[in-house]
Amino acid sequence: MKYLVRKLITMIVTVLMVSLFVFIAFSVIPGDPAVGMLGTTATEEKVEILREQMGLNRPLPVRFAFWMRDFFFGDMGLSYSYHIPVKQMLADKLPITLTLTGLSFLLIVLLSIPLGILTSKYYDRFFAKAFDVVNQLFMAIPPFFIGILLTYLFGMLLHAFTPGNYVSYETDPAAFFAYMFVPALSVALPKAAMNMRLLKSEILSEAKLDYVRTAYSRGNATDQVLYRHVLRNALLPVVTFLGMTLTDIVAGSIVIEQVFSIPGFGRLLITSISNRDYPVAQAIIAIIAMLVVLINFLVDVIYPIIDPRVRKHAQ
Amino acid sequence: MKRVVLLIACVCALTLPVALCGCGGDKAEKSSQIVVGIAQDLEDSLDPHKAVAAGTKEVLFNVYEGLLKPDSRGNLIPAVAESYEVSDDGMAYTFHLRNGVTFHNGNKVTAEDVKYSLLKIAGKTGDTPMIPAYALIDEVTVEDAQTVCISLSEADVDFPAYLAMVNAAIIPADNTTPDTVPIGTGPFCLTSRTVQDNILLTRYEDYWGTKAYLSQVKFRIVPEIDTVVMNLRGGSLDMYAHLTTDQVAQLGNDFQILEGTMNLVQALYLNNAVKPLDDVRVRQALCYAVDRKNILELTSEGKGTIIGSSMFPAFSKYYMPELSRYYTRDIPKAKELLKQAGYPDGFSLTITVPSNYQPHINTAQVIVEQLKDIGVNADIKLVEWNTWLSDTYMGRNYESTVIGVDASYLTGRALLERFYSKADDNFTNFSDPAYDALYEKVITLTDEDEKTDCYKAMEEILTKDAANVYIQDMAEFVALRNNYEGYEFYPLYVLDMSKIKPVQAE
Repeated sequence: MKYLVRKLITMIVTVLMVSLFVFIAFSVIPGDPAVGMLGTTATEEKVEILREQMGLNRPLPVRFAFWMRDFFFGDMGLSYSYHIPVKQMLADKLPITLTLTGLSFLLIVLLSIPLGILTSKYYDRFFAKAFDVVNQLFMAIPPFFIGILLTYLFGMLLHAFTPGNYVSYETDPAAFFAYMFVPALSVALPKAAMNMRLLKSEILSEAKLDYVRTAYSRGNATDQVLYRHVLRNALLPVVTFLGMTLTDIVAGSIVIEQVFSIPGFGRLLITSISNRDYPVAQAIIAIIAMLVVLINFLVDVIYPIIDPRVRKHAQ
Repeated sequence: MKRVVLLIACVCALTLPVALCGCGGDKAEKSSQIVVGIAQDLEDSLDPHKAVAAGTKEVLFNVYEGLLKPDSRGNLIPAVAESYEVSDDGMAYTFHLRNGVTFHNGNKVTAEDVKYSLLKIAGKTGDTPMIPAYALIDEVTVEDAQTVCISLSEADVDFPAYLAMVNAAIIPADNTTPDTVPIGTGPFCLTSRTVQDNILLTRYEDYWGTKAYLSQVKFRIVPEIDTVVMNLRGGSLDMYAHLTTDQVAQLGNDFQILEGTMNLVQALYLNNAVKPLDDVRVRQALCYAVDRKNILELTSEGKGTIIGSSMFPAFSKYYMPELSRYYTRDIPKAKELLKQAGYPDGFSLTITVPSNYQPHINTAQVIVEQLKDIGVNADIKLVEWNTWLSDTYMGRNYESTVIGVDASYLTGRALLERFYSKADDNFTNFSDPAYDALYEKVITLTDEDEKTDCYKAMEEILTKDAANVYIQDMAEFVALRNNYEGYEFYPLYVLDMSKIKPVQAE
């Protein structure tokens, strides 16, 4: 319980710090939301009037305090560009980004764990060695480029989907998931390759340890040793890696959303920063920070479940 | 209180698709729909009076109309008004409203709506006028149900042209949230929008004029220019309006490629107030050093129109083709001018370019190479659009910049006004007494021919004084899938979707 409370406090402090940094960053970088809204019709006088209306002339600490208070009560303000509540905008976009992240994560787990086990079990076979080469290749290609290649392959050659033909989850959930598959795969492939390699090397180094020899000498079969003993030990670093990966793909999906024309958080974040639509950008960054902290928290919770040693240590 | 207003706004936004009658076409057959790619969402406002970005106005053109509107040849045609008369002194305009014009919510357009809209754009109801020229509107009186009289504070024969812009659209007086609930009189209604994804227009069945051929137009936001070609070829887009030569070359046979001009004055704009650019000889030297033809060849396979002043060819009435030949590349002459000005070894120059406009970056890169020949060491500074707006455009804190300037209405004033030394938007700090005198004269003239002569004289001053290094009106390509036809270029930055029709299959 004490542990949970401590984590919760860490979470609040992190989000506070991140939001404060964002606030400071936005006040330091050049560019002005009022100027952006007025475009080439801007004059000193018009900008001044608009800044006053938007409350931008109040000092930074005051603005931050007001924003923090409203955010805490679930009010994220009104978008400068769209004149609609930020909350409503983000509520529409959150499922898109979460689906992309979730689907990518699922693909990473489904691809890397079975393949990692398989290639380490048969590490001296030809196919396992061939896989290492392919693996290396996928690790080296950045997701956005895999995205472009996959679009060409699935979209242009195989006609499995129409590039750019994003369908909203509200109009057709099935088509939405179908469209999200290729982007999720682009995010997943490099990470899956890394994770598979990590798992393989963990399994192989665990297999050299004494307890494995003991297990064999007790008369256990290879599969029993692998699944009951080696895998449980080898999974610990993998869980850490997966936790880090999950936070990474929340941020990484921003790029992929651009490549696949997916109107999720990423696209909104990029345009809101370039338009200086601060209420939107601040809310998105705060939410991403919260997600990251939350994921790290979950990883911390999962740890003692997998490894009794951590549980004992914590007590 | 604020909460309540907000709540009402939300409810209105949610019920929007239901509230607009006459905007049917939900079950339209596929052939009468089209998906058009656009580079950015409508990020300023859905209120036409607050629309700033060219990209916003080109979409809203289909939704809103003023008392008058432009046609594709640059003429003014009646829209919400059927006809108008001008008083002899040019100070009062009487507009007769067209019968049977309705808003997208089904209500009839009344003289009160017109009065409300005009006072709103004139800044009489709180907002500052978006276009300075609207401040001319002094008073609007409703004479009867179909007649509105506008009195001006000064006579201006160009006044009808200002009213033909999207920014002067007629909107209903009872719409309290025009920012989020768009209600106009145009051939299409804006039925829904998904932030950063799409904007959906449906045909307005009760439109007063020729109804649109397409029942539905979906504008899809594709911010990544590299994916546009893939989306066109893959079939998720049917049309895209602002393509470059390389992108066009990658499209297959499924598309018709229409070539037009962007109607922008692309130039190396010079800050006439900073040293050494405050010396006319230095500016002229830069003009002589630049090879425009070479720029076109290197950046767009020679497509585009070379220009020599702040006017583009689509304004045929004012355009002077001879000015484009005033400066031809002449290195010895350029060097001689620099020597006279006291810079025999050249100088260094910073060219600020907004990073989101690749064509301008390309042009700047060629200019950098060409200026080396006269010893001018130019380097490019890329800045974000918002930074460009605040530092370069408003702050005038720059040496030179490559950008395209457009005209927001159909008269010479739209392009020439900004070089008046006291103009708010004179970002080049150009200042010439003769030019100022001509400008002060032209805005009082009432004779069309005299006015045209005056504008031409102003263009000539800009060329001879080498106010800026004028480059070109860029070529623009529109890709339209072969089963559609009817795209029309305008002398303004608009996408007229009402003229596009599906080709009947044979």
